[in-house]
Amino acid sequence: MSGQWMLPAFDLHALLVAPWTEQRETFGWVGVMGFCVAASCGLLGNYLLLRRMALMGDAVSHSVLPGLVIAFLVSGGRDTGAMFLGALASGLGATLIIDFLQARTPLKQDAAIGIVFSALFAIGVLLTVVFAGQIDLDPDCVLNGELLFVALEPPVHWGAWTLAPPAVLRMAGVLALVVGVIAIGYRILLVSSFDPGIARAAGVRVGTVRLGLMLLLSLVVVSAFEAVGAVLVVAMLILPGATATLLTDRLPRLHLLAVLHAALSVWWGVGLAVWLDCSLAPAIVVMGAVLFALAWLFAPRGGLIAQGLRRARVLS
Amino acid sequence: MNAPTASPVPPPVVEIHDLTVAYRRKPVLWGVDLTIGPGKLVGIIGPNGAGKSTLIKACMGLVPTQGGWVRFWGRPFGEVGSRVGYVPQRETVDWDFPVSVMDVVLMGRYGRIGLFRRPSRADREAARACLEQVELLPYADRQISNLSGGQQQRVFLARALAQEAEVYFMDEPFAGVDAATEASIVSVLRTLRDRGCTLFVVHHDLPTARQYFDHLLLLNLNVVAFGPTAEVFTAELLQRTYGGRLTLLSEVAQALGAQGGPR
Repeated sequence: MSGQWMLPAFDLHALLVAPWTEQRETFGWVGVMGFCVAASCGLLGNYLLLRRMALMGDAVSHSVLPGLVIAFLVSGGRDTGAMFLGALASGLGATLIIDFLQARTPLKQDAAIGIVFSALFAIGVLLTVVFAGQIDLDPDCVLNGELLFVALEPPVHWGAWTLAPPAVLRMAGVLALVVGVIAIGYRILLVSSFDPGIARAAGVRVGTVRLGLMLLLSLVVVSAFEAVGAVLVVAMLILPGATATLLTDRLPRLHLLAVLHAALSVWWGVGLAVWLDCSLAPAIVVMGAVLFALAWLFAPRGGLIAQGLRRARVLS
Repeated sequence: MNAPTASPVPPPVVEIHDLTVAYRRKPVLWGVDLTIGPGKLVGIIGPNGAGKSTLIKACMGLVPTQGGWVRFWGRPFGEVGSRVGYVPQRETVDWDFPVSVMDVVLMGRYGRIGLFRRPSRADREAARACLEQVELLPYADRQISNLSGGQQQRVFLARALAQEAEVYFMDEPFAGVDAATEASIVSVLRTLRDRGCTLFVVHHDLPTARQYFDHLLLLNLNVVAFGPTAEVFTAELLQRTYGGRLTLLSEVAQALGAQGGPR
């Protein structure tokens, strides 16, 4: 039965071009949504990496479940606004509990994150089981999301104009907010991430900045959630910044490269998903990881090949 | 004299009253009182765990205090902002951070420029002048991890200079630097003092403490002594500060002997 293991035919045009031309109806909004998710996660993720709190995104995304369930019960249905607020509240609450544990107990941040997100996720699972009769939440969807669904929603109309599907509009708004916050608060974020002491002397309220960043993180994660799910959103937060870190040591270029990484991984990821006929979000994350590996190999200064060449030159 | 209303005497540059700090119920600073005017170079010395760094951080509002207060020109820290500068220990920041030497020095000017405005050409010029002063101008565009320990320390110093503050708190600026860097840092500190700045510098080495500072704060949980170096640098007071450890006392004796003893 060797035929079962054969991969589908590989046709570069069909994978990299066709989704955006002939099949634009299907993949157009998926691509836009994917890019908005990956770019907002990547830009915000840069600051998480710089502040050594990359796993905070993990904490927020897993802590969202109890908030979703409670919002579902309280609002008595799948009201998007209520669900969104519930998820946002429990995500932000998780970061506050983690900060509190870190400040008031001898626990370090990694342990505090481990306790809080697993406990909140477990509470969410229990709630889903207890109220199974009244809740129509698919835990599988919570974990993995479904990017293709967003494209199936009918687009919003504004007067005579046909705009994007509602989820895409929301995510584009989130991306615009992230870009705006970074553009306007660039120096505040920079100095408070690099050196909180000097930031305070410059009049920055470091605690408020951190809280704002956590609020933005919760907003991004919750918005990205329905598209990519709780597990993969973490990859989207970390991979672009991690890849960019291998290629530059200046913050503005770090941001540009993270956005480029987001665009490339969505482009190639959709191709991979078409090729293998699989879910979109995992394919995008896999391509994001491939880009990371490529950067690791080929980075002009710190890359494996450059290091090997330098060593060879020293030895010869 | 403490009354904030129209007093003929201007308020002291720094006044610390009954400052108490505790970590998890264990006091690290206890009832610290101190008053000082402009143009003073103060060394803070004391054994490990005496609360030297904590005192600085408490003055900058970086650690929660359990009691007491700190005033600058009669006002709390929150109201004087960039008039008070801070040089943290080198290890407190991540030197892999994706910024250049110039970026870090410009951070010193954020308080003056306003946080939402781009640094102007004049700010860049000022930052370059500060880098020149610590002999780091050729390194302005380097990423900060590509520097030696002494150079990193001088980047912090240049940033403090760029702030043009009137009071500085410096946490071990001499830690891990070579003799030449140490000498150039001392000369920068003296220049600042001569301009009328008051500087508090945490320092570890007793023999040099005596040469570098015109005032000393001997600290061990509370203030053991505070005053001009000639009056405070005595075997008896140092012994009280350090709890009479033998190796240290011989070091002190050596230092006193080498420089003719206390007057």
